[in-house]
Amino acid sequence: MPIEKFIKINSSAVPISIENVDTDQIIPARFLKAVERKGFGDNLFRDWRYDKTNKPIVNFALNQTKYAGQILVGGKNFGSGSSREHAAWAIYDYGFKVVVSSFFADIFKGNALNNGLLPVQLTQAELVQIFASIEDNPQATFTIDLQNQTFVLDASGSSFDFDINPYKKECLLNGYEDIDYLISLEKEISFFESNR
Amino acid sequence: MGHPTTLFDKIWDGHTVRSIDNGPSVLYIDRHYIHEVTSPVAFLGLAGRGLGVACPDRTTATPDHNIPTENQHLSIKDALSRNQVDMLIDNCQKHNIPLYGLNHKWQGIVHVIGPELGLTQPGMTIVCGDSHTSTHGAFGCVAFGIGTSEVEMVLGTQCILQPKPKKMRIKIDGHLKRGVTAKDVALYIISKITTSGGTGHFIEYAGAAIESLSMEGRMTLCNMSIESGARGGLVAPDELTFEYVKGREFSPKGMDWENAMEKWSVLKTDEGALFDKEYAFNAEDIDPMITFGTNPGMGTSITGYIPLSSSLEEGEKVSYEKSLEYMGFSGGDKLEGKTVDFVFVGSCTNGRIEDLREFTHFIKGKKKAQNITAWIVPGSKQVEAQAQEEGLVAILEAAGFELCQPGCSACLAMNEDKIPTGKYAVSTSNRNFEGRQGPGARTLLASPLVAAACAISGKITDPRQFLN
Ligand code: SF4
Repeated sequence: MPIEKFIKINSSAVPISIENVDTDQIIPARFLKAVERKGFGDNLFRDWRYDKTNKPIVNFALNQTKYAGQILVGGKNFGSGSSREHAAWAIYDYGFKVVVSSFFADIFKGNALNNGLLPVQLTQAELVQIFASIEDNPQATFTIDLQNQTFVLDASGSSFDFDINPYKKECLLNGYEDIDYLISLEKEISFFESNR
Repeated sequence: MGHPTTLFDKIWDGHTVRSIDNGPSVLYIDRHYIHEVTSPVAFLGLAGRGLGVACPDRTTATPDHNIPTENQHLSIKDALSRNQVDMLIDNCQKHNIPLYGLNHKWQGIVHVIGPELGLTQPGMTIVCGDSHTSTHGAFGCVAFGIGTSEVEMVLGTQCILQPKPKKMRIKIDGHLKRGVTAKDVALYIISKITTSGGTGHFIEYAGAAIESLSMEGRMTLCNMSIESGARGGLVAPDELTFEYVKGREFSPKGMDWENAMEKWSVLKTDEGALFDKEYAFNAEDIDPMITFGTNPGMGTSITGYIPLSSSLEEGEKVSYEKSLEYMGFSGGDKLEGKTVDFVFVGSCTNGRIEDLREFTHFIKGKKKAQNITAWIVPGSKQVEAQAQEEGLVAILEAAGFELCQPGCSACLAMNEDKIPTGKYAVSTSNRNFEGRQGPGARTLLASPLVAAACAISGKITDPRQFLN
């Protein structure tokens, strides 16, 4: 599935200010039985979102109507644990285009990038400011500009820079996929293979 | 002679087809393990692009995550699980990929059967759509878990695009005390460097205490590397490694073995090679460990107390308290003596024959506590057969335990093996995340030895009490 181009986004955000959110929480294992990449958004944060009788847990951010938007803001060390790409699929399928945290687990970050979901890594102090701004005003909007690598708090105009690998940035801006690049190297790969 | 190089660099650089400026490396993959859960979407993707599998002979498949641990000769009851396993069979047939399916004598958890069959060999690059692929680092491999998009890349091109991780070395010198195993070393390290301490890095484990570990122990240790956030961990291969690999089903034979040994003998970090980060711990400081929270870094010595949240930094308190609430514990509690309900022995961390031996020797002549439900799940068919042959099954049965059939089982509870809500499980697996072993389940990670002590006393127990 080709990935959607990512250029710029302006949106409000949903805050989940918990540290070490692991991919078992993002999508519990019992929802990994599908053989197609469809419908994972329904079970995003399933056990934090619904109780045992499938009633929404009102305190959880995804169930609070005051929070909405394409930006998910998570606590430090987001996406640790299992390599399941279903976690990135679920977040994207739910409607998020950006995940913000002060620290991402490696495999999650890679999986997100491979699916057009932009992981924006900021400093802990910047993250705290973002959480505070959402708490102040849940409708607060933010602008993420990939070309300039900036995260802007629209209300105050504060702008935070973020890092992204230049290769991955090109891929996202253009909707390129890694596999197409690898396929283009077919000859080089066979040459490597026969010369080792 | 070039400048001193780490083992990790030697393997990585030796497999780099090309490096993109300011970007990832194109890494050639020697061995690709696949299972039923993270591969179907990858095969769909391949079909959508009209691609085939580049190197079926470098790929090995087995169902493990989603299968029942009883009546494996019958059709799988759960329709969705059955569908995933059937898809794996289908995809392997279509692409000529060797598959060790249910009831095959080589079936088992991917990370158990790879080494067991001699498919995992020193100096290889190994990937699998599963984060505990780090297990294979025990053989001096660069082995790491990948996502499904990457599974598709490897199937299609035998290569992967990966940013090169930084290098970390963790040295453990000295002698491990009695009753202290590789699992305790792993839990100890993670409790010290935290679950994000290894992020962005590949770890080399070194030092006398590491060298003294068996191959099974090294696998347990490398397996848990991912729980510190690291991409993987490795141990330089030595005589013990070569001896383990020799004579296995797919290991090199005759002249090929001689050639391989020559190649493998240089697989070490050169004196003076630089690491981005180094840690040193002392083996004598490590006790049997157990976790009390909802990430593997929340562990302590089995005789320890749960830390008070007041001892933590402000930002960490909310998550910490949420975690203790989930576990039904309070800061300041002593762990020893707390009642537990379940004991799970198995998984790619501690489901190998040595783990079953350790557990069995401990419980021999004792009885399972009344309040304990125990699930003893071998990591593979071969482990199961060996446990039978060595008489372990008979000892287990005499003590009130029975052996299930191999698979991931309650490690991730995708099948029926779920710990019920609110129940405490001492588990030899690798993750104590909320709901990992079933919705509402409360997991305490520990070694097979600690699990054995808990299984016979029905509560958290220091196994050293029984060791003379
Ligand atoms: S045993 Fe557990 S950790 Fe290991 S591969 Fe299976 S599910 Fe993953």
